Amino acid sequence: MSEVLVLIDAPEGKVTKPSLELLTLARRIGEPSAVVFGSEVPSQLAEYGAEKVYQLDDAVYGEYLVAPKAEALTQLVADKSPAALLVPATTEGKEIGARVALATESGLITDAVDVTVAGDTVTTTQSVFAGNFTVDAKVTQGAPVIAVKPNSTSPEAASAAGTVEAVSFDVTDAGKGAKITSSKPKEASGRPELTEAAIVVSGGRGTGGDFSEVEALADSLGAAVGASRAAVDSGWYPHSFQVGQTGKVVSPQLYVANGISGAIQHRAGMQTSKTIVAVNKDEEAPIFELVDFGVVGDLKTVLPQATEAIVARKG
Amino acid sequence: MTKIVVAVKYVPDATADRTFTSDNTVDREGVDGLLSELDEYAVEQALQVVEAGEGEVTVVTVGPDDAADAVRKALQMGADAGVHVVDDSIAGSDAFATSLVLAKAIEKLEYDLVFFGMASTDAGMGVVPTLVAARLGLPAVTFASEVTVDGDTVKIRRDGDAATQEIEATGKIVVSVTDQTGEARYPSFKGIMAAKKKPIDEWSLADLGVEASEVGQDNAWTAVESYEPRPPRTAGEIVTDEGDGGTKLVEFLASKKFV
Repeated sequence: MSEVLVLIDAPEGKVTKPSLELLTLARRIGEPSAVVFGSEVPSQLAEYGAEKVYQLDDAVYGEYLVAPKAEALTQLVADKSPAALLVPATTEGKEIGARVALATESGLITDAVDVTVAGDTVTTTQSVFAGNFTVDAKVTQGAPVIAVKPNSTSPEAASAAGTVEAVSFDVTDAGKGAKITSSKPKEASGRPELTEAAIVVSGGRGTGGDFSEVEALADSLGAAVGASRAAVDSGWYPHSFQVGQTGKVVSPQLYVANGISGAIQHRAGMQTSKTIVAVNKDEEAPIFELVDFGVVGDLKTVLPQATEAIVARKG
Repeated sequence: MTKIVVAVKYVPDATADRTFTSDNTVDREGVDGLLSELDEYAVEQALQVVEAGEGEVTVVTVGPDDAADAVRKALQMGADAGVHVVDDSIAGSDAFATSLVLAKAIEKLEYDLVFFGMASTDAGMGVVPTLVAARLGLPAVTFASEVTVDGDTVKIRRDGDAATQEIEATGKIVVSVTDQTGEARYPSFKGIMAAKKKPIDEWSLADLGVEASEVGQDNAWTAVESYEPRPPRTAGEIVTDEGDGGTKLVEFLASKKFV
């Protein structure tokens, strides 16, 4: 069976859920080989199907933006001639994927939401034009490099050898152009990561700047909190929580939009959600065109009542 | 004297009904086009850098005849000169071919810095800045929330999901900026009048030494096999809050097994 390289994201030694999804998808194409940058090899890699683990442990990969990792991965692709390279559709994953694809003259697909295999042909599915279309695409040259979005599949455990092979690589000076001079980890909110969450509860202009009702509802549902661009631009919530064209594109099982009118900017970030619920004072708000259920009302009274009812149901 | 090249894209209006043509490429004729909103932030940042010291801003685009409109808008905002690479062979190019044409055009210009928006609003891959940097052999600092130019050092802040990073690079570099860098200005009346006198050079592939066989849909490394409009969402139930809106919301969530 042919080898499929999978770029793993494992901050502090813990493999992210989207990376486990990549390992699961990789098994549709061939035998997954995980690629990890760092000193730790998490045991989850073997538990989720990685036959091999290529470990690149060198401080240089954390000192500069993407180029060193892309150079090393390019070398690995040249050495192993994999059937495909899967990367997480994060800003870093996409940039690394793009550079490797260019260097190895292979086609690149970004933001795939599904990967299917028929014979030797790998077909990907993407959601485009603000979620108004889905397209099927394939790579026509080289081994496909595919950046896959979170929630594209469910991670499935599959015991594998997970044989670790240390890989060393000399990064060129050209790869050391963009130096990371400081890196401050974001404070953990204790909530699920926005793009990975099954439920997202978000707030917009209608919150008036107070997200407490939105956060309380999110916590009662075990959901991530999102914000509209209007809320972010007003300085009410950090940009890393922005849902929309210039923020995160989310596709959860349930999306609850509160005090968000539903401009195209926002719709681009959420309209592929499975179930959509909205609370808005304005019955004319375009968000109501998208919803499965909507409440015309003030979120300041509707949300606390809903939160209380959910907490009561959970006993 | 800082010379900045800003690469911009002419895209179908995101608020219109965007679709595809029969060859599975983006329909660029049936829908009005404009300068990509995300590129306005790059033009704005370039103008601010130049205004803080001395320099000039050249805007470059690759696209069909109408794409000159995107360059003109940037000139109206205050950019000094424009370049429009236009050639029939380019139609349907993928990100790799686009990055080749842009890199060749940028090489032909004198520059210290190259600015991009974070992504286009049509294909939206967000990889062209890093690909152009790779082709030019330059560092790329992408998705900047804040850009500071100090002599030949560029500092940027990058608000990632896991961390906020400060990045530093010296010499020629490629930067892509997000909407967090700050609002883009509207062209003033004076700017609109002044833009009429600013040059837009038209370059063909031959001017750049790029072969037709290196670009275009037939030479793309990926192909769209099919496209399908998302089925319209069926009209949902809307209730008006009469003191029980929250309760009704939870009843709906329970019916869908979310609680």
